[in-house]
Amino acid sequence: MTTTREFGVVGKPLARVDAVTKVTGRAIYADDMLLPRTLHCRILRSPHPHARILSIDTSAARRIPGVQAVITGADLPIKFGILPVTQDERALEHEKVRYVGDPIAAVAAIEEEIAAAAIDAISVEYEVLDPVMSIEDALAAPRDERIQDYGGPNNIHKLVALEFGDVDAGFERADHIREDVFFFQGNTHLPMEQHSAIATYVDGRITLWSSTQVVHYVHRALAKVLELPMNRIRVIGAAHGGGFGGKTDPFAHEIIVCKLAMMTGRPVKCTLTREEVFYAHRGRHPVLMWVRTGATRDGQITAMHFRTALDGGAYGSYGVASTFYTGALQTVTYDIPAYRFEGCRVFTNKPPCGPKRGHGTPQPRFALELNLEKISHELGIDPVDLKQRNFVKPMTRTVNWLRVTSCGLDECTERVMTASNYRRRERRPGHGMGFAISSYLSGAGTAIYWNDMPHSEVQIKVDRGGVTAYCGAMDIGQGSDSVLAMIVAEELGLQPADVRLVTADTDTTPIDLGSYSSRVTFMAGNAAIEAARKMRGMVVEAAAAKMGCDTSAVEVRGGRIGDFTFEEASVLAEARFGTLTSAGSYTPPKLAGPYKGSGVGPSPAYSYSACVVDLDADARTGLVHVNKIWIAHDVGRAINPLLVEGQVEGSVYMGLGEALMEEQAFRKGLHKWPSMLEYKSPTFVDMPEVETFIVETDDPEGPYGAKEAGQGPLLPVPPAVCSAVYDALGVWIDEVPVTPEKIVEALRRKEKGEPGRFGPTRFPAIPYPPTIKVEPPPRDLPSAAPAAI
Amino acid sequence: MKQEVLREVQRVVLNLDVNGERAELLLPVHKTLLEVLREDMQLTGTKHGCELGECGTCTVLVDGRPELSCLLLPIQLEGRAITTVEGLASGSELHPLQQAFAETGAAQCGYCTPGILLAAKSLLESNARPSRDEIREALAGNLCRCTGYAKILDAIELAAGRMA
Ligand code: FES
Ligand code: FES
Repeated sequence: MTTTREFGVVGKPLARVDAVTKVTGRAIYADDMLLPRTLHCRILRSPHPHARILSIDTSAARRIPGVQAVITGADLPIKFGILPVTQDERALEHEKVRYVGDPIAAVAAIEEEIAAAAIDAISVEYEVLDPVMSIEDALAAPRDERIQDYGGPNNIHKLVALEFGDVDAGFERADHIREDVFFFQGNTHLPMEQHSAIATYVDGRITLWSSTQVVHYVHRALAKVLELPMNRIRVIGAAHGGGFGGKTDPFAHEIIVCKLAMMTGRPVKCTLTREEVFYAHRGRHPVLMWVRTGATRDGQITAMHFRTALDGGAYGSYGVASTFYTGALQTVTYDIPAYRFEGCRVFTNKPPCGPKRGHGTPQPRFALELNLEKISHELGIDPVDLKQRNFVKPMTRTVNWLRVTSCGLDECTERVMTASNYRRRERRPGHGMGFAISSYLSGAGTAIYWNDMPHSEVQIKVDRGGVTAYCGAMDIGQGSDSVLAMIVAEELGLQPADVRLVTADTDTTPIDLGSYSSRVTFMAGNAAIEAARKMRGMVVEAAAAKMGCDTSAVEVRGGRIGDFTFEEASVLAEARFGTLTSAGSYTPPKLAGPYKGSGVGPSPAYSYSACVVDLDADARTGLVHVNKIWIAHDVGRAINPLLVEGQVEGSVYMGLGEALMEEQAFRKGLHKWPSMLEYKSPTFVDMPEVETFIVETDDPEGPYGAKEAGQGPLLPVPPAVCSAVYDALGVWIDEVPVTPEKIVEALRRKEKGEPGRFGPTRFPAIPYPPTIKVEPPPRDLPSAAPAAI
Repeated sequence: MKQEVLREVQRVVLNLDVNGERAELLLPVHKTLLEVLREDMQLTGTKHGCELGECGTCTVLVDGRPELSCLLLPIQLEGRAITTVEGLASGSELHPLQQAFAETGAAQCGYCTPGILLAAKSLLESNARPSRDEIREALAGNLCRCTGYAKILDAIELAAGRMA
């Protein structure tokens, strides 16, 4: 789709199409809706991390005046889950609870306070079971019983072991081998908007408005659990108050309000409290990692062996995919000729983990960058040089069969090196700078459930000059509506404001798999280009006929189609062709390698980022003050540079929060800090200046050459912070968050003559299965045949 | 005990001045300003992230000063001038802060935006040309998860420049 023509709106830093709606407070988020006669729903949740439910008595709750309905698991017994292989959740559990916060019963009442009182009046008898609270615990035999009845042995959920190329031979070739253990603590999305959903049931049809990132997956889960055909259910994405991956699973409250609406014949709304949001979670997996890398004397990587252990929480969620992601993208930045990956996810009695910005890849990125950094110090090579020597090249295939097209790693590195003056940095006590790179998908190459359908579809209708574009994509604040409007406007010679949008509504819009895995610009964008070009073809043909010229002589720009205004041309076209509609779709090319598990990792294009962090660290207090962050991001092409910058800055912010303070930790099954005050996240005062460089590599398959921007730039921040701390104080903090206590402790150890380091010391023994050996593909892209599974 | 509380809800008639409009409302005494604005006055532009005074999302102005509406009881507010995001624009003309937020991309999901706009308005009224650090200080109680705060700072500086 590469194009060399002059753009009309693509590349311009335009305000988002919904900017005025948002700054005037007129965007309608799910909790803003209050339909006539709406009932309020509250959910009773487990106070125990692990227990069998012996009985549930709802009689007292039902007697409270104003209570309209009370439901328990017996009313919603069908299991669901985001992945077809892990359908392990119930909207309400009636046999067993697996984490504090697991939903048990729900009430609909005329007022929220009455619903809350009714919840308190429900009595549940439990047989409390021994909770499993850590990876080590989960690997051992359960003291009472397993959390889930699948997976295993013990509380293991998933095990994988893959090898690409000859790893043992690679280590033999190495002059230097280094092993490290790292830990990336779990953290949560903390969207400012609490999850909320409101449902109605009229004429045998459900309508649900929800704060979700993926209307399609909610639609599927509702159809399954409510046992209704999909055509009786309509899911609409309300204005979205932030997701970051946390609203990508179908949630219990979404199913519950639909069921209660069906039972009561009234609209039912449920908005989670902030504490409930912490327990709903699906956030960053805590991951323990072991990495062994071999390199030649001049820093060329010869082999890598990577092991991960993910603390998954109580349910599957996206966990199987998350597990593969902890091993998939190491090869997309560095040319690793032989690579072995062993991954393991365990169940614990904590809220389930799932996808958070970067899904499964920030943790291994952290380990990989720091492991290479340490190797370079040992080899006496500048870490930037060592990394650069190993950068992947554009238009190649990695050892694990991932196709790399455009790659701006060199340029990104150059930009941040120059701007930050890294190589000539000021040397003063406590001052340090750190460098790291990363890469991320522009949409997953395979769908979550197996099907051959397009991943995104766009329809366009033109009626007397009015252009409407329909797409299932959900704008979660990243600006996907604006990108769609800009693309359609670009192709039709209009302005974004000329394009009306209908998005994220399963009744009126064609499928889009939703806002996750950084897929919308790439996939919905390509679908929009196809639909808009077909529409342009019709108006141009009609205009040419009237002008008596060839279609190639009709210019499309500035609101004009040849001699006519767009409106006039559309009237001509409607007269000629009848109702003016067009459609486009996007299906990613089949890119997966010839092995089981190859569905995770392939993407039609990868973004690249490079980052430098400048900080001062106080050896006495361990306090870190970040002075500035430089980030360069290869987005392929910035369709709207203002929005791209916003995504990059937001990613850097979130990465810095994870690096320095954010932590989802538990004490006896209870979240330690389920409030916004105690769960620390960066405020205005904590955020340093961020200087952003947009690098454009014009990807051959991206819409106008565009790739993703919303997730990749988070990834290099945590390792760059740790390498800057080492630069400043000479100690390694091998786990995030990097708190002052850890720095002080590492310095104390160093003073005592022990290794100046804070972090995990050992990686547990895990019963990984026999390694599946996969023959690597030919490395240069032209000779690498498209893979078949 | 909660059930007893429910039976004995005390209600009062209150006169509130919101965005220059006076409204007479019959309200349970314990209802917060946040709830009254959103549920009884349909002013849903004011958002909430915690309802515990921790996130700043529900910020409104009371006599020009930023206050957390989730912690205020309307019974304390008779005779005080309350401003919400709906009161910022004059007619269809945006307040300079709203204009600047729109132009610079300072609102992504937009959920924190109403509260931040009001806190910024109050800041600019007491300090017409704040430094970047003064803006940071004034807005330290307002969390935003989308923007990394950068474009919000740009927007406030832009608006301050235009208003001065
Ligand atoms: S809602 Fe969070 S401070 Fe009021
Ligand atoms: S714009 Fe989303 S929280 Fe601030």
